[in-house]
Amino acid sequence: MITIYVPRDSSALSLGANQVAAAIQQEADQRQISIKLVRNGSRGMFWLEPMVEVLTVQGRVAYGPVQPEDVASLFDAGFTEGGQHALSLGLTDELPWLKRQERLTFARVGITDPVCLDDYLAHEGYRGLRNTLVQSPEAIVAQVTDSGLRGRGGAAFPTGIKWKTVMVAQAEQKYIVCNADEGDSGTYSDRMIMEGDPFVLIEGMTIAGIAVGATQGYIYVRSEYPHSIAALNLAIKEAYAAGYLGRSILGSTHDFYLEVRRAAGAYVCGEETALLESLEGKRGLVRFKPPLPAISGLFGKPTVINNVISLATVPIIMDKGSEYYRDYGMGRSRGTLPIQLAGNLKHAGLVEKAFGVTLRELLYDYGGGSASGRPIKAVQVGGPLGAYLPESQFDTPLDYEAFSKLWAVLGHGGIVAFDDTVDMAHMARYALEFCAVESCGKCTPCRIGSTRGVEVMDKVMAGTDHVQNIALLRDLSDTMLNGSLCALGGMTPYPVLSALNHFPQDFGLSEAGVNKKERAA
Amino acid sequence: MDKQTDYGTPASRNTEQQVTLDIDGHSITVAKGTSIMHAAMQAGISIPKLCATDSLEPFGSCRLCLVEIDGRRGYPASCTTPVDEGLKVHTQTPKLADIRRGVMELYISDHPLDCLTCSANGDCELQDMAGAVGLREVRYGYEGSNHLSAEKDNSNPYFQFDASKCIVCSRCVRACEETQGTFALTIQGRGFDSKVAAGNFDNFLDSECVSCGACVAACPTATLMEKTVIESGQPEHSVITTCAYCGVGCSFRAEMKGEQVVRMVPDKNGGANHGHSCVKGRFAWGYATHRDRITKPMIRKSIHDAWQEVSWEEAISYAASELQRIQSKHGRNAIGAITSSRCTNEETYLVQKLVRAAFGNNNVDTCARVCHSPTGYGLKQTLGESAGTQTFDSVMQSDVIMVIGANPTDGHPVFGSQMKRRLRQGAKLIIADPRAIDLVSGPHVQADYHLKLKPGTNVALITAMAHVVVTEGLVDEAFVKARCEWDSFQYWSEFVAQPENSPEAMEAAIGVPASDLRAAARLFATGGNAAIYYGLGVTEHSQGSTMVMGIANLAMATGNIGREGVGVNPLRGQNNVQGSCDMGSFPHEFPAIATFPTMPPAPCWKMPGADRWITSQACASPICWTLRLMVASRRCIAKVKTLPSPTPTPSM
Repeated sequence: MITIYVPRDSSALSLGANQVAAAIQQEADQRQISIKLVRNGSRGMFWLEPMVEVLTVQGRVAYGPVQPEDVASLFDAGFTEGGQHALSLGLTDELPWLKRQERLTFARVGITDPVCLDDYLAHEGYRGLRNTLVQSPEAIVAQVTDSGLRGRGGAAFPTGIKWKTVMVAQAEQKYIVCNADEGDSGTYSDRMIMEGDPFVLIEGMTIAGIAVGATQGYIYVRSEYPHSIAALNLAIKEAYAAGYLGRSILGSTHDFYLEVRRAAGAYVCGEETALLESLEGKRGLVRFKPPLPAISGLFGKPTVINNVISLATVPIIMDKGSEYYRDYGMGRSRGTLPIQLAGNLKHAGLVEKAFGVTLRELLYDYGGGSASGRPIKAVQVGGPLGAYLPESQFDTPLDYEAFSKLWAVLGHGGIVAFDDTVDMAHMARYALEFCAVESCGKCTPCRIGSTRGVEVMDKVMAGTDHVQNIALLRDLSDTMLNGSLCALGGMTPYPVLSALNHFPQDFGLSEAGVNKKERAA
Repeated sequence: MDKQTDYGTPASRNTEQQVTLDIDGHSITVAKGTSIMHAAMQAGISIPKLCATDSLEPFGSCRLCLVEIDGRRGYPASCTTPVDEGLKVHTQTPKLADIRRGVMELYISDHPLDCLTCSANGDCELQDMAGAVGLREVRYGYEGSNHLSAEKDNSNPYFQFDASKCIVCSRCVRACEETQGTFALTIQGRGFDSKVAAGNFDNFLDSECVSCGACVAACPTATLMEKTVIESGQPEHSVITTCAYCGVGCSFRAEMKGEQVVRMVPDKNGGANHGHSCVKGRFAWGYATHRDRITKPMIRKSIHDAWQEVSWEEAISYAASELQRIQSKHGRNAIGAITSSRCTNEETYLVQKLVRAAFGNNNVDTCARVCHSPTGYGLKQTLGESAGTQTFDSVMQSDVIMVIGANPTDGHPVFGSQMKRRLRQGAKLIIADPRAIDLVSGPHVQADYHLKLKPGTNVALITAMAHVVVTEGLVDEAFVKARCEWDSFQYWSEFVAQPENSPEAMEAAIGVPASDLRAAARLFATGGNAAIYYGLGVTEHSQGSTMVMGIANLAMATGNIGREGVGVNPLRGQNNVQGSCDMGSFPHEFPAIATFPTMPPAPCWKMPGADRWITSQACASPICWTLRLMVASRRCIAKVKTLPSPTPTPSM
């Protein structure tokens, strides 16, 4: 029996993985070769997808990108024994992209069958939960706090402190909510976890439930992720059947129930309070804070609301200890960050690295420079509301505080690259347009400001009353930055002002005409 | 015209803990949980605001009320930020001025510039705020996206919805939800396309809107405006008055222009309505100046003559002489009077005094005779006072609400809204009514038990519930021993415990599944503060008094008397039933519900401290209830009746 891996990840599926899998099965049947086809997660090298792997005595051997018409020749080349082929990539573990990463959260992604509990258990799965079950809530929360884990959704709030607030809150019912409404353009690490290792998220949420005394969890998944929803539901079903979810987990006194909820397609519902409103069945309107969700969250009860990556990182911390995780990283940014490379790059994909890696390393050593071969002019880090960074800032290490000093954000770890053909005024306009389209409409700066911003940018780009409209753009940015209710309106000025400040010539200004130290705040 | 102070957010419910903070250099001590905005207003510091008003929970959308707090990041909204000990708050700084002006510039960039001809001119918060923040120009121009040509909705007969003036503060939507509890309004679309919409329909009239006017009262602009204001302009003075339509007794500010009412606005200081109203009091006041209204005295000698306008002197002397003539010809008891529960205490007192002192008989009665005299009798027999036990606000402390034979959302709408607010907070609801009234199932309100009893089986139902309470050991014995007559209680409990009073035995007669009745009784007895609200479905039955006593007994047996959130609560038909009864309107009771002596003493029995006007003749006179008075008048036994209000006649 030969084991062959064809990813089930959306990125591979969009490139024909299902057809490749079917072709392999058909070819094997025809040649009467007995194979076991595993639909694994993606290794994160999208330019090689669909990347097919074969288990050999030397280890897993990779081929890619494979198309259905390549399958017959692969068999002819003896790929089931690791035979050489034009698409041969060698041993997967030796691929430089993977070898130079520190995969902690993504330890199993691409390796295991995502919806097979036995495979999860065989790869160190549920060891964190077993450790959790013999500890007090205080000890669990202390371990998460000591690991230095900060919210990977973008806000970088210490996860342990959030959990502690919920742990000490008194209530008959508490909730764990996973924010899987991954709407930032150029980000996909949540999706890859949900499709490639759903059990790690389930385990993380179960640990969170035990730590804070919550018995019900919800995973709020964006509707554009049907494969994530399917994988999660399969894994949850297996976990229930094996006693890892439900009443008295693994025979303990802890109960934890988990359910996937499908979002309705609004970007703003990735904002935690709008997400809670939506989860309650209401319009996705942002709530004011305080009260924090940790005190009064879902249905008014104390709620841990964490991003997928935050929760999926907890099991390894509970398995290997807080020191193990904390030893990675730099400064106050501990552990690793699953970085998502996208945009105009030769090699786009997922890189999990300890904090401290520089943008330049990521863009050139991993990303291989621009796909167009032209110089990279700017990158946007942290989603559509993140700042644009010019080439002069590419040596910045990935570190929350280092980015903050540049008036930029790491956000959810998405990096989108642009070559020198990009018009940054157009990108500033796009940021405002994005805000106008996605605004929930509750607060005035975002509701009216985003639409006015697009109009002002149109005037700037047309050269109408240029000086006055640049000044108005700055004033509007200031109103949105300081006056908005949530980060959607509040952070839209980041891409706008960073584009204006770093690339004044794209706005029809001379470099000297702009005070680069000018900050909206 | 004086304006009522708007504190921006409701007062804190925490009355125990106090917090001291500093706002603009003033040390202020307020209840914990108070918003910074409210605390500032208490100290006379007005923070700019548009989406906040003190009848609604804070929302935090307009972003005008931002403040700076020492040691805190950013610019928190003062409406949503609670006070904290030792906070140092600044409400006016150059940076705040910039932000506020920026926000106002955005607002005005999508607002018509027709202030001088606008119906809200002189009463517009948007205009006030533009002035307060010093907005001097709108640099965005008016050629961009806007809602300036949005159509007016004139479908509602009482108010206009002018969407072009809407600032999407959601105060109307929230008023419809929080204040009225109808949930007719919503915001449709999102972002710049957000707009107020009445349900899924095209206009207000076709929606679920009940025209209570809460949205109009909450609107800070001319978007929702009374049509009378659009026609007449802003009022120049106001008079506090009480609505006479139902038993809630809402306080209103009649906003006037000279003698002309411009609009009726519910008074925020009204103890019964706290600034809320229903369509009747709010908009149905055309009678005030209606041409059919009789404003001058008229007399006629017989029913066949036409009415003739005369002077007050002539009218009074003619009436007096006729009353005397009839009495001298037909006897002292030939005349009498009926008071109305819509009249003030003073008016009803004077009418009964006229009867007892001048007519020399007891031929006085009140319209409450035909609606709630079983309440008077039943509660007097059981509780010792013929009065309901609670204020309306008590319902906000109730955990279980039982509504029997009443339809509060229709009959007492403003109280119905308050009850719904409590139900949305999680109070349980038992409804005993053959009808599926709105409370049975509505937006965010669902009865836990709807006991659809057959008409005429009230007493059987309440007795069966008492049966469950007694036989399942749910009696609050400590309460009964301390506060009730133990012997009478035992007599009662033995009776209700009889097997023939069980829900199972009575199931067929009542028409309610025994299991529902048992569950409802258990909920009532064990669900915390349990309150009973009842109406004419209880009293206007031949066994009305018995049912009232049954209600009071159930409340006493379960310890649900004597504190906030519980009690026996008759929902009366007019705004002064209690007062008119207390003032001696009943033939068998003197003012202050003093007992009528069975044998007339000589000289007259006199109440302690009472006036000396009760004549011995009156004491000696038989009592003559309304019905007898009316029948007698038709048979010409009683020749004249004086009616301060015409209500009782159609009631019978």
